[in-house]
Formats: sequence, C-alpha cells, structure tokens
Amino acid sequence: MNMNDVILRTATKVITFIILTFSLYMFFAGHNNPGGGFIGGLITASALVLLYLSFDLESMKKVLPVNYIAMTAIGLLIAVATGMGSFLFGAPFLSHAFGYYDLPLFGEKTELATAVLFDLGVYLTVVGITMTIILAIGEDQT
Amino acid sequence: MELLVAILIGVLFMIGTYLILTRRLLRIILGTVLLSHGAHLLLMTTAGLKRGAPPLLGEEAAAYTDPLPQALILTSIVISFGVTSFILVLAYRTYKQLGTDDMEQLRRQEDE
Amino acid sequence: MSWLHLIVLAPFLATVLIPVIHKVSPKLHIGWAVLLLPVVLLISLLSQIGAVSKHQVVEETMPWIPSYGLSFDVYLDGLSMLFALLITGIGTLVVLYSIYYLDKHKERLQAFYVYLLLFMGAMLGVVLSDNLMLLYLFWEATSLASFLLIAYWTHREKSRYGAQKSMLITVFGGMAMLAGFILLYVMGGTFSIRGLVEQASQLAADPLFVPAMLLVLLGAFTKSAQFPFHIWLPDAMEAPTPVSAYLHSATMVKAGLYLVARMTPIFAGQAEWFWLVAGFGLLTLLWGSFSAVKQTDLKSILAFSTISQLGLIMSLLGVGSLAVLYDAADERLFYAAVLAAVFHLFNHATFKGALFMVAGIVDHETGTRDIRKLGGLMSLMPVTFTVAVVGGLSMAGLPPFNGFLSKEMFFTGMLKVLAADIFALETWGILFPVIAVIASIFTFVYSLMLIMRTFLGKLQPEKLEKKPHEAPIGMLISPIVLASLVLLVGFYPNLVAYSLLEPAVSAILPSLLAPGDHFEAHISFWHGWNTELYMTIGVIAVGLLLVLTLRRWISLYDQLPQRLTLNRLYDGMLVGLQKGSSKGTDLYMTGSLRTYLVYILMFFILVIGGSIVGHRPTLDMSGNAPVAAYELLLALILAGSAVAIVLVSSRMSAILATGAVGYMVSLYFVILRAPDLALTQLVVETVSVALFLLCFYHLPKLRRDMNRVRFQSANFVIAIGVGAIITFLTLAVQGVRPFASISDYFLDNSYKEAGGDNVVNVILVDFRGFDTMLEILVLGIASIGIYALIKLRMTGGESREHE
Repeated sequence: MNMNDVILRTATKVITFIILTFSLYMFFAGHNNPGGGFIGGLITASALVLLYLSFDLESMKKVLPVNYIAMTAIGLLIAVATGMGSFLFGAPFLSHAFGYYDLPLFGEKTELATAVLFDLGVYLTVVGITMTIILAIGEDQT
Repeated sequence: MELLVAILIGVLFMIGTYLILTRRLLRIILGTVLLSHGAHLLLMTTAGLKRGAPPLLGEEAAAYTDPLPQALILTSIVISFGVTSFILVLAYRTYKQLGTDDMEQLRRQEDE
Repeated sequence: MSWLHLIVLAPFLATVLIPVIHKVSPKLHIGWAVLLLPVVLLISLLSQIGAVSKHQVVEETMPWIPSYGLSFDVYLDGLSMLFALLITGIGTLVVLYSIYYLDKHKERLQAFYVYLLLFMGAMLGVVLSDNLMLLYLFWEATSLASFLLIAYWTHREKSRYGAQKSMLITVFGGMAMLAGFILLYVMGGTFSIRGLVEQASQLAADPLFVPAMLLVLLGAFTKSAQFPFHIWLPDAMEAPTPVSAYLHSATMVKAGLYLVARMTPIFAGQAEWFWLVAGFGLLTLLWGSFSAVKQTDLKSILAFSTISQLGLIMSLLGVGSLAVLYDAADERLFYAAVLAAVFHLFNHATFKGALFMVAGIVDHETGTRDIRKLGGLMSLMPVTFTVAVVGGLSMAGLPPFNGFLSKEMFFTGMLKVLAADIFALETWGILFPVIAVIASIFTFVYSLMLIMRTFLGKLQPEKLEKKPHEAPIGMLISPIVLASLVLLVGFYPNLVAYSLLEPAVSAILPSLLAPGDHFEAHISFWHGWNTELYMTIGVIAVGLLLVLTLRRWISLYDQLPQRLTLNRLYDGMLVGLQKGSSKGTDLYMTGSLRTYLVYILMFFILVIGGSIVGHRPTLDMSGNAPVAAYELLLALILAGSAVAIVLVSSRMSAILATGAVGYMVSLYFVILRAPDLALTQLVVETVSVALFLLCFYHLPKLRRDMNRVRFQSANFVIAIGVGAIITFLTLAVQGVRPFASISDYFLDNSYKEAGGDNVVNVILVDFRGFDTMLEILVLGIASIGIYALIKLRMTGGESREHE
C-alpha cells in the first residue's frame, strides 16, 4: 500500500459521505428545486464508484452486499406500481396525488406527493443500472 | 447569443460527423457523444435562449424559460448515456474477441 | 355460411386435424383418415347433379372484406360442377392410391397430406368462386401447394429445381392475371364474374379490353403449360407420382382451361381471343406431341403428352369461341367444338390419371422409369398392363375407348373451321385440320411406344433395381376404376353427355341459349363414312408405320439444335437475374459503415441543403440575447476541446477532451438557465469518462487514421456541410412559432395540479411520467445487454469458426 492509496482512501471516506448526503438532498429537493431521481441516482452512483475505485472489489462486496440488478428490477417495479396504484382510486395510469401534512420533525405543511414515490423508482433504477454497467466491466478486467 | 450557440452546435455536429466517418471504433463512439451534445444544445436553442428565469416556480419571476425542451433533453441525456455505455461495451467486447477496433478489418473478418 | 362455402373450406379446416389424428393414433396411415374428406365432398356434389343438369345454379354469398366490396361469393354451375367432380373424384382415387404408394415409415406423411388438402381446397376455390379476387387468391394457393408438393422430397436437387421453376412461371402468370382482373374491374366496376358477363358487350368497346385479355390469357397459358411456358411441367414430374397424376395432369394444369372457359362469355367473338387461344393451343398440341416421342422417362412422356392434350383442349375452346359470331343456323357447327373440349377434358382426366398411376406402379415395383431399361413386364404385371393398354389406346384415339370419341369430335371441330369466313380463316383455316392430323400421328406413336417399350419386348432384369412383381391390390384399385371409366364412357358416352357435359357447355356459351333451352349433345359412335373417320384411319396407318420403323428415324431428334432450347433460356435468365442483382447490390451495399453513413449524410445535405437554397428562409436576429465575454470564452474552450479530439493521437487525451466538451456543455446549461440539465450533464459526464477509461484501458494505442487522403478530404467536406447546414437550421427556426407551445400549460399548472415548483421535474415524473417510465425501461434493457455481453460470453464468432 503506497502513500497515494492512503491519501485516496482517507479522503474517499469523508468525500463519499458528503456526496451521498448531497445526492439524497438532490433526490428529495427534486420536486421544487433542481434535482430529482435521475440526478440523485447518478450522484449516488458516482459516490459508490469512488468507493469501488479506492477499495478493491472483493472487500466492497463484503461491505456492500447489494445485488444491483435486483435493485434495477425493484426500481422499475416501484415505478410501475406507483403508476398502477392510481387504478385503486379509479384514475388513469400514472395519475399522481399530493397533499400537505403536519409532520413532527419535518415541520408544518410538509408536502407528500406520490410523484416522489415514482421518482424513488427512477432513483433506484438509475443507481442499479449505472453500478451494474461499471461493475460488469470492472470485474471483467480483474 | 443565439448566433454563438448556433455556431457552437455547428462545430459539434461537424466534428461529430467527421469522427463517425473514421475507422476507429473509439473515435466513432466519441463522435456520437459529440452529436448528442449538439442535438441537446439545438433543442435548447430552438425554444429561445435566456427568455426568463429558470423554470423553478419558487423564483416567482415574471417569465420563465421554456421547461419542455429541458425535460426532453434531460430524458435524452440519460438515454444517450445508456446507449453510449452499451456501444462502448460492445466495442470493448469486439476488441477482446476479434483483436481489432478498425472498422475495415472488422468488415473483412465478417466476410470470411 | 352455406354448404357450398363449406365444400371450399372443408379441406383447409381438415388440415388442422391431421396432426391431431396423427397424435391420437400414430400407427394409422394418415391417408385413410384423409380419404374420408374427398369422398364426402364428392357425394355431396353428386347430390346436386340433378339440379345442375337442369341448368339450375347454386349461388351463395358471404361477406369477406366488405370495405373493399369483396365478398366470398361461390357459384356452382355446369362448368364448376364438372371441375369440382374431377377434383374430388380424382382426389379420392389419388388419396387411395397414395396410401399404398407412400410408405408410412419412410415419408413425412403429415406434410404430404396437408399440402394435398391445401391444394384440394384451393382448387375447389378456383372453380367455385365468382369473385375475381377470390379466384386469384385460390389460384396462387394452388401454385403454392404445387410448389410444396413438387419439392416434397426436399433432399433431391431436381425436386427443388422443378418446384422453383413451376413456382416462378405460374406465379408470374398469376401476377399478370391479377393485373388483367384489375383492368376488368376498372372497366366493369365489379369483381363478380357474372356481373362482368352481363356487361360483356359494353366491355368490348373499352380500350383496356385487349390488354386485359392478354394478361388474363398469360395467366391461363402459364398455368396450363401452353407453349412456350410449358417448360415447367416436365420438371414438375419430380413430385411423387400421386401428385403428378392429380395436380399435373387431372386438375391444376386444367385451371388455365377453366379460366379460358370461364372468360369465354366475356371475350369470345374477338379476333385476338380466337387466334391466341386456338393458335397457342395448336402450337402446344403439336410441340408437346412432337417432343413426347423423344423422351425416355415414362413420366416425361406423360408430361409432354399432357402438355399436348392441354393444347388440344385449348384450341377447341378457341374454335368454339367462334360460335357467338354465327346465328342460330350455323352455331351448331362451333359449339360442337366446345362440347368436344369439355368431353376431352373429362376423358383426359380419366385416361391420363390411369396412365400416371401405371407409371407410378412401374416405378414403385421395378425401381426405374427409364423405358430403355424396361420391357417385358406384361406377364409379370398383367393387371397393370391391362390398365396401361386401356389408357394408352384411349390416348391414341382408338375405339372403343372414350379417347376415340373425343378425338373424332376434335377432328370435327377442326374441320368446321374450314367453313368459317372471318378472321382471315379462308386462307389460314386449312392449317387447323392439318396440324390436328400431324399431332395425332405423334400422339399415336408415343402412346404405343409407351405400352410397347414398357410391357412388351424382352425383360431386362439385370438393369432393374428390384425384382418386378405385380403391385398390391390397394394400389391397383384406383387405376382400375379409372380404366373402367374409360371403357364405360367409351361405350355409353351419353351417360355423361346430358348430366355433365351439356350443362358445362351452356355455362361456357350462355348467350346462345334461350331460357329453358338445351344444347344438342348426343354423342354417337358411328357417323358413317365421313372425313373424320378417314382422318382417324390415316392417323392409325401412318402411326403404325412410324412405330414399326421407329429405330430408323428416332435419331433424327438428335439433329435438332440443343443449345437454343427454352429451358436454357429459362436457366440463363435465372442465373443472369441472380448474378445481376447480386452485382447490383454489391455495388452499393459494401458492408462498410462509412459508406452507409456517407449515403445518409449526403442525402441529408442534399435534401435539407436543397430546401434551404430553394426556400431562402430569412434569419431573424432581433430578439437575441446579448453575449457576455465569459460566454464567448466558454464557447472557445468548447470548440477547442472538440477540435482537439480529432487532432490528439493519444486515446486517453481524446477521451479527456470529450469529457471537457461535456463539462463545457453543462456549464452552458447553467448559462442557459437549465439547472437540472447542468447537474445531470455534470454527473453523467463524470460517470461516462470513468466508463470510457475503464473500457479502453486494454485497447490498442489510437493510431492516426490510415485512411487514404481522398477519403479524409471527402469526410472533411461532408462534415463541414453537415455543420454548416445545422448552424443555418438552428438560426432559421429561431422565432418561428407556428402554434402555441404546450409549455405555458405546464408552467401554469405545475403547482396547481402536481404540487411541484420544479417544472422540469414535474413534467418528467408527473405530466409525462409514462415517458420517463419507458425511459428507465430502455436504460434497464441497455444494462441487461451490457451485462449479457460481459458476463455471458456470448461468443457467436467463435462457435461459427468451429463449424
């Protein structure tokens, strides 16, 4: 382990969490400010890529035993299910609803929208796909 | 501004076109990346540039830029990312399998 | 749906059952189950014969494609009845025969009977439909079924060649016929044959009338193997013999005759019609009988004989068309020709069917059909020999068989032409009886040759693959039935004269009959010592002489030019067509990506550039936003990085330069007030660059392109053209707003309806959520593709090399 690695890893530990937090913010901000599922998902993926770059694939597999293909599938499923959910209320496919609620911690008049659920599906799919692609190539080369 | 962006789009298309006409797979892929950049800017420009605030209603501006091309471009960026990575991996596998990334040599192998 | 519809559709429906029956009882020879169908159809048709012989017509209609005015109209009159009976009757006998001919362990019987039923249904459809489009559909279906049946033994190259040949020629004719039908529709405004017959006199004045006639005749001539389209029939003999007996002698090849007969009420009385039908008929008659003599293969002899007999019937139909031009006193002269045509059509089906079956038996029991190897089978196969004699002598036109009667009537018809005084027949009419006699002599020769070379003479067991013996009784039933019909009709022709033939004649020449009236159709053996009888005696005398001296003159055939045959012409055309089109395709389909891109881009430049030059749009720069200095700087960096991609030689630098372009674009998105895009572009660019570097870590150094300079400069010119046009387009579409944009709706309703301030995001997840869902689906598919490429090691290239 040379000097570069040490610096990279120490820095990565800090930076990754900053990026991840930022990506979550981006995801939730999406409805009213710049951001959303795509951006959030891609930023999360880039944070993960950074992790995979500084630590090796094997140890990352132990720390993060996530099946990204399954994540893609779950994301797609959530997106479709949100769309189908509107059938329960007799509305056309992918109709969304929103409302304002007083929640503890989040403050008064917090907006809850089903569109965010759909965006969650997009988010998961994007993370899953990006990681699948990069890991597939990465593993092929080792 | 429009003139400047139009010229930029022209340059992107020109170099993208030149690159996809060459023989190296990598250059062809880079060419398609440039072409999609050009197409994105083209979409932006057709709606008019800087015609108001960013389309965030929180800004409470008098006018907003057109949100529709932005939504289209966002979709397009993500799709072209998917497509680019696919052809990239295709090129990568082709090279590993056949040992060349020259289109002319690939074509000859196909004929055999 | 009526019973008549059911008759047409039943064979098609029955095909579905064949695999089921095979599944239920795999030991059963599937032919036994199939046999039921033609028997039932035959009986149900026979039950109508009383009505039809009284000139009653059964017609049923059923909507098919009402929006195009097409209906499934079926129609049963005398002519249809005669054909339908032949199809189902011979069909029954052929199926019975095939059960013994085709071995259930060796052959793909299911496929065979499916094709056969397909043909039977299609052929019934041809003769029963009243709608021309329907007729065309079934017509092509018979070609298709014939193709499948000829190529039944797919492992034989000759089978495939023959199948392709018959398909190409008959479908070519079918297409021409379709064009003719469409012309008829243009003139008459209806696809109904009866509807067209009613307005026959108006049609004749139309300028499209003669082209329509030529096209329809082209269809009939190709199907009925008329000269010079006859070349497909001998090659079609590669089919199993039951098929040859059924399709290529008794039924399908007569579809052309049916069409001519069916169209006679529309076209008869025209000089073109008379000369084409009668002329090509006589030519085919002569050429077919002349060529049959030199053949050495039993089935080839029969094939050329079929060609010649089809020509005979065709010429009779042509002469018979004169009947409409003469008034009541003389018309008898010419409708007799039509009667002869119909009679001979029936007789030919019986004796030729029997002969084909005999050829099949000989082939089956001795292993060869070559008459040079055969001989002396008379004592070994007495029953087969008897059938062959009955069939052969009937074909030669000897009494007391039915062939003699129709041959006499044929001579009568040809002699009547001498009495005609139109269409320049005063000068040319003499040719008709002369050709008839010459062709009959050849017919006599090959008929006798067929019998003598196969059954008489010395047995040559050393040349035969099998030890010859009599066929099993099951195989003999069908030819015996046909031979008995030959005899029965020979002795009692009037059994069929009024029940079958006269209604058919009246269907061909309806305009000559008053309602409720009948043609005189009595057929008798003895007419006294007339010209026809002398002609027959002459034919027999010369024919016998030629048969006895056969060995001396048969070598004359070798003197004929071998190079200029029609078959060579066909083969040459086929090869030329294939080579030509393959060369033509190679000329522009080079397999090089660059070439294709050049086509696309050149087209783009020409069309878009051309329309810009043509329309000269004005460029409106008025509402443009101002340019700040940093924007100009960014633009220069962007353009510079883009140019650098081309110029740098290192792979890494090229990728990084592309990344730089992407980051600049995302900065531009910031300037252009698109924060979402800027963020997305930024992250995507990062991930892409990582991906590029990952992938191309192992790839070779990026060398300078080794393209020739000419290519490079051409690429450069195209690239500049595309860039310039795009720039111009971008400017030209500025400020053009032909209709109000939907964007205002999104801006107004984003908060009200979806509760979101970020309009772009609301459009993506709410207003156009469906698009986004499909978009992530596309991404998912791309990732599955990538995963499969990497992980599954689908090495198609390698496995192909191993083959």
